[in-house]
Amino acid sequence: MDEPQIYAELTRVFQDVFDEGPINVTPELSAQDVDGWDSLTHIRLILTVEKAFKIKFSTSEIGKLQNVGDLVALIKTRT
Amino acid sequence: MNPLYAELQWLPRVPPEFSANLRALATSAGPLGREVQALALPALDLNQLTKLAKAMERARNEGKSLAPLTPFRLAVLSNSTIDMMVPALVATAARHGIALEVIQPSYDQVAQEALTPDSKVNSAKPDAVLFALDYRALPLKLSIGDEEAAAATVAGTMGYFQAMRNGIKSNCGALCIFQTIAPPAETLFGGLDRALPGTKRYLIDAVNREMAEAALQSGDVLLDVAGLAETVGLADWHNAQLWNMAKLPFSDEFFPLYADHVARTLAAIRGKSRKVLILDLDNTVWGGVIGDDGLEGIKIAQGDATGEAHLAVQRMALDLRQRGIVLAVCSKNTDEVAREPFEKHPEMLLRLDHIAVFNANWSDKATNIQAIAGELSLGLDALVFLDDNAAERGLVRQLLPQVAVPELPEEPANYARTLAAAGYFESVAFAAEDLKRAGFYQDNARRATLQKQVGGVEAYLASLDMTITFQPFDAMGRARIVQLINKSNQYNLTTRRYTDPEVVAAQSDREVFTLQVRLADIFGDNGMISVVICRPGEAGVWEIDTWLMSCRVLGRKVEHMVLHEILKHARAAGVHKLAGMYKPTDRNKLVVDHYAKLGFTKLSEEESGLTRWALLVEGAEPESAPMKVVSQGFAAAPERLPA
Repeated sequence: MDEPQIYAELTRVFQDVFDEGPINVTPELSAQDVDGWDSLTHIRLILTVEKAFKIKFSTSEIGKLQNVGDLVALIKTRT
Repeated sequence: MNPLYAELQWLPRVPPEFSANLRALATSAGPLGREVQALALPALDLNQLTKLAKAMERARNEGKSLAPLTPFRLAVLSNSTIDMMVPALVATAARHGIALEVIQPSYDQVAQEALTPDSKVNSAKPDAVLFALDYRALPLKLSIGDEEAAAATVAGTMGYFQAMRNGIKSNCGALCIFQTIAPPAETLFGGLDRALPGTKRYLIDAVNREMAEAALQSGDVLLDVAGLAETVGLADWHNAQLWNMAKLPFSDEFFPLYADHVARTLAAIRGKSRKVLILDLDNTVWGGVIGDDGLEGIKIAQGDATGEAHLAVQRMALDLRQRGIVLAVCSKNTDEVAREPFEKHPEMLLRLDHIAVFNANWSDKATNIQAIAGELSLGLDALVFLDDNAAERGLVRQLLPQVAVPELPEEPANYARTLAAAGYFESVAFAAEDLKRAGFYQDNARRATLQKQVGGVEAYLASLDMTITFQPFDAMGRARIVQLINKSNQYNLTTRRYTDPEVVAAQSDREVFTLQVRLADIFGDNGMISVVICRPGEAGVWEIDTWLMSCRVLGRKVEHMVLHEILKHARAAGVHKLAGMYKPTDRNKLVVDHYAKLGFTKLSEEESGLTRWALLVEGAEPESAPMKVVSQGFAAAPERLPA
């Protein structure tokens, strides 16, 4: 899966998870930028990403994620 | 992972317009109950449930009503993180007709919350407290091979539950809901764990058994999470990674399923379990089409794979009937053709005398299902309709949204399991009357026939040879009393719902007059059919808090006889006036004239349609009906000064 495809899918995932209007999913986007992106919503986000891309992350992989760019890089190694 | 359970496959799929409909909620003025319930009906995933719950919260904050959903306040005490579960519970409860409010104390504060009188939970005075504890919360110390130590561990665990329960009971009196414990998937020895005292599996088995027995005896409610986890598989249920990362109690895949089980339990507590199973015939009850394939052509025999699948549906229907679920048939067929297999096919398990209402004709199924509801004097929300045909399901769902219509898989071998998984008939208590209920409705059909033959109503009533029995509330009758209080919608003056502990409180309060009424006739025993609670009002006045009656004894003048009995006890207690109230709901129009018919005087009428009535005890002479009266179990009235 190439990056534009991953970003397109992630945009759908963010819409499913967050109760906001459309979120512009960029590499720099992180928890500070989105209302309601708390630690539990973060878990829900990761679980939804896993389901959408049919992959599983390890606990340490999840722990290292800082922003969407990290997440996309991780997804790229798996798909 | 079995998708039937993980994806709630008995529910319709989420429509593409879900998000648009959710947004429309914000602009709707309300009351929003029906819209919210429709939104909650499909198999929403955790994200969708969360969004719906947030929309409901916004609506509440804006002061919008969620009527006609039934309010329920649930406190959840847990040793895990339930923040992610709470919105799923709120949204799923709407699917089951409940406007749920969750009281959620801080993480892992179970004992503090239960035992401290002014804790968040106790001061919130919830309707029920759910102890959502798993094995990690319990003092299940290994004592391998040591039977005595194992017994002590089990006793200690039960003592812990008992202490929590007593805390809640004495501090806020809420109904307690206990979860059985899903054992971890990992074993120590292997298969031996089940047998060897003191292993985790042995201890958890023992705790679950004792917990189940304690719940049956105490009137607490059991939520069988162990059974649920076994059903979907312990290896899928437990998720160590999610526990380690976020203290989630089990896999997120099962949050919607767990929420549905909690919600159906709350609905059952509020008397919303369904009562009737309506069966389609062709390709549901048997394989093939009777009108085309004929008696020899339909598949229903043992030894035929398709036939056995449909026999399993029949077996389940019969078993449900045995526990009191009424069976009906709704089929597009010529009546005599549809009846033929019931009468003549040797392999059929279902027979005509199992079916309370048999509707086979060529009108549309929505019309027929309405007719069935009418004949049984039950609301549409008491009905479940099982049909293999997706178009028929869609039609009924669209025209009669109150009827539960499970989706069915392609494979008929899975019909019975799908119906069971949907949990439409979830019950929290079992009353001996339940065993007889399916028969009651059938006898009613025969009574109706007799009525047609006899002509005059008075002569008909006399021909029934009725015996009415009055008793105060007692322990024997309590399960049925609670059931009637929570299930009766139509013949119910105030529709006040009480939990088991509240009924116990009324029973033991000498100031409160309680009445349970049974009726027998030539066709058999109708069981308990009416419940009355009178509470002391101003001096010398009884306020009729609750007056309800089962619709299957309508038109028998039971209410007149009940009034006679109330008046008798009122006189003995020195009461000079009865005060009654009719509180309208969307279901109880039937009793709008109840008090007028009984000779009460109307005092006031509010804009909502609520009316207040009074009857002076002295000189009150309600009509009588031809029946034998038995009055037993009442204590002699205490001496009272005239008011």
